[in-house]
Amino acid sequence: MELGPYILLASLEGAVTAAVLALTAVGLSLVFGVMRVVNIAHGEFFMLGAVIAWFVAQTVGGHPALGFVAALVIAPLVVGAIAAAADMTILKRIDYDPERTIVATIGLLYIIQQLTLMTYGPEARPVEAPFNQRLAIPWFEWGEEGFEFYFPWGLSTTTYKLAVIGAAGVVLVGVWLMMARTRIGLLMRATQADRDMALAFGIPVERVYALVFGIGAALAALAAVLIVPIQQAHYLMGADPLLLSFIVVIIGGLGSLPGTVVAAIFIGLSDGIISVFFSPTLAKILATLLVGLVLVFRPQGLFGTRAA
Amino acid sequence: MSATAKTLTLHLGLLAVLFALQFVLPAYHHGNLARIMVLASYAVGYNILFGYTGLLSLGHALFFAAGMYGMGLTIQYAGFTPAPALIVGILAGAVVAAALALLALRTTGVAFLIVTLMFAQAGYLTILYFGEYTRGDEGFVIQAFDRMLWGIDLSNPENRYFAAWGLFAVCLLLCLRLVRAPFGKTLVAIRENEERVRMLGYNTFAHKWGAMVISGTISAAAGAFYGLLFGYAGATFASVQYSIFPLLWVLLGGAGTVLGPFVGTLFMFYLIDLSSGVTTAYLLIVGVALVLLTLFAPQGLTGELRRRVWRWLP
Amino acid sequence: MTLLSTRGLSKHFDGLKAVTGVDFDLEEGEVRALIGPNGAGKTTLVGMICGRIPPSSGTVQFDSADITALPAHKRILRGMAYTFQITSVFARLPAAENVALAARRRLQGDAVDEAVDDALNRVGLLDRRDEEAGNLSYGHQRLLEIAMGLVQRPRLLILDEPTQGLADSEIDAFKALIRELSAEATILLIEHNMSVVMETADRVTVLNFGEVLAEGTPQQIHENDAVQAAYLGTG
Repeated sequence: MELGPYILLASLEGAVTAAVLALTAVGLSLVFGVMRVVNIAHGEFFMLGAVIAWFVAQTVGGHPALGFVAALVIAPLVVGAIAAAADMTILKRIDYDPERTIVATIGLLYIIQQLTLMTYGPEARPVEAPFNQRLAIPWFEWGEEGFEFYFPWGLSTTTYKLAVIGAAGVVLVGVWLMMARTRIGLLMRATQADRDMALAFGIPVERVYALVFGIGAALAALAAVLIVPIQQAHYLMGADPLLLSFIVVIIGGLGSLPGTVVAAIFIGLSDGIISVFFSPTLAKILATLLVGLVLVFRPQGLFGTRAA
Repeated sequence: MSATAKTLTLHLGLLAVLFALQFVLPAYHHGNLARIMVLASYAVGYNILFGYTGLLSLGHALFFAAGMYGMGLTIQYAGFTPAPALIVGILAGAVVAAALALLALRTTGVAFLIVTLMFAQAGYLTILYFGEYTRGDEGFVIQAFDRMLWGIDLSNPENRYFAAWGLFAVCLLLCLRLVRAPFGKTLVAIRENEERVRMLGYNTFAHKWGAMVISGTISAAAGAFYGLLFGYAGATFASVQYSIFPLLWVLLGGAGTVLGPFVGTLFMFYLIDLSSGVTTAYLLIVGVALVLLTLFAPQGLTGELRRRVWRWLP
Repeated sequence: MTLLSTRGLSKHFDGLKAVTGVDFDLEEGEVRALIGPNGAGKTTLVGMICGRIPPSSGTVQFDSADITALPAHKRILRGMAYTFQITSVFARLPAAENVALAARRRLQGDAVDEAVDDALNRVGLLDRRDEEAGNLSYGHQRLLEIAMGLVQRPRLLILDEPTQGLADSEIDAFKALIRELSAEATILLIEHNMSVVMETADRVTVLNFGEVLAEGTPQQIHENDAVQAAYLGTG
């Protein structure tokens, strides 16, 4: 394949990565923004989403779409409930101290990961997509006979991948509406702005925290359900989303939701395109160094505005 | 007995017991204890930054690996003998720590933690990237004939135990000396209230930088010895897990205590050793221990001991 | 001789003018009180003098040298000492170690212990030297702060609201301590308690809306109409 079509393909794949990444990272960013804590176990909530999706799809049977739709509902709910429970039993008791929260969520990471290994096992397992038509994509070129129009071999995407991008967009708009237009969003923003003041006004801060932690984890789980027909479910799959979400949240400006989405699109697309030219390992090295340096020299993020 | 005399008795007593144990322990535990002493040296280094200075790093695997690969690669490719290779390893760790500290110490709190994590991750990926030389995750073996230090064969278990004991003794006494010196006391004060220390006329950045270099250098020494004594260098030792381990050992044993790192390493090593007989998911124990520690014993074992019984414990 | 002088010292936070164009001179050996309503910019001004806050413009001279560009710790080494408005002793360290940290900037070895005991004795805390600072009463923590200041043998001792939250009997002891200290150091005192100002200060500077409103002896200030107006909110 020539370079032009190749880059178009890479951007399409990148857009899928970006969509899933945006959901995962917005979950992490929401938790950081409102609660001012970093959740290291976020990647494991992603993994749990994928694994639960597999269990649900296995149990439901019938047409793949049935199992998938069930997973789409059940996995985020279950993962959100687990996260909220962890918040109430662990994080609340250490009073959301930033550093102790990190240590505790590292512990949580191992617990979730290893329990999954003990129950689900070390295999990678697929979930069938609800629909999956291959779409060939045309390419245009000025040839000897003027404007040519053809279908290069290998340049294609699937209806499912396009649906993932669309679904992520819908969910992100939903999150934005929730934050901006609903009462619960108002409570979250009030808590974010000033925890003590919120407490003084009678906002049930503890319940808001548990809810936010649950929603953050549920977003990661939802992202995982969307990606699991493309990538298989595996107990170690949480590491990459965690690292990438970190990168996105930091580059986007800690706790800023619009910044997070912009950064997710930027990172997702460039990840796809960079890996055309560089080895994936080198791309990751550059990305981690970039995050470190951004935090040192531009802690408000590259696209940073302070407010969410 | 004065507090100083008690302190010396306790620490020298521990070293004497560890020295004597080599003659009585069965082979299996003999080997374990040698490993524990090297890993505890790593934890001692970590504790200087985390326990005494109050800086939580998630990037110490970078220093441990710098020591290990600085030593291993020079033996493997430059034909160095162990003594200069160890020195290269330790220096490599010191240089990496000095450079990273200059960057990372511009941040505080959670940002510091993430910056150290990111740079360590970049280091780990770099080792994978140059897999042609480092052999990546698989790692490479340092042959027994390359492990002769001044005519002493370090692949022999007795010599290995002695070398591990020597390293641990040096690190422990160094740490003890440090925390009783004005420099160490200033570090503790920085941990408690950095701004106040600054307004007493101390250059707190320079102090924190010094703490990170000392901490990184000790960690690198542990990494270099680990590779040399057990004849293996692999990328796993640079992974984030090996940054979390010393944090866990120090938390368990007691952050900001001289003995804590050893107690924590000993305890955790045997906990994992016992549980790995039962399940392959031994990291579950690590996770549960981390959560329980943050919830119920943030002071760790030695810290609780100091709080309840021996208030003079350094 | 002038020990400290500022020229045109200003600090703006995002357009908010906290301190504007302050020219301030402090003679060696005097006790100067800095007063003004809440939010007048007292702590900001002192913060710029001792290097906690970088100024937006203007200069600071100490002992005939321009120290505007020096970081805080170097200013302290030149002979300033600063005690915090909000008590910030090292709560988990013994009282003696708190003072020792301050003493070790200029002393070593046994001389540290001597100086520590001397300083604790002067503020009346010697019998509590081994107690954890966090367990001391609030008044004692304030005194410990002052001991940390005076053990440095500073040429300029800056005390930020030292009597805030003290009982009356403790305030009387504090006044005596200030008079005693004034023999060895120049003292700059941010203070709300007018009886302390009247009885200890040689001169008083009044700050209002970030500018110097008046300066003079306690008596002059007491009779100054503009100062009365600023405090009472009239005129």
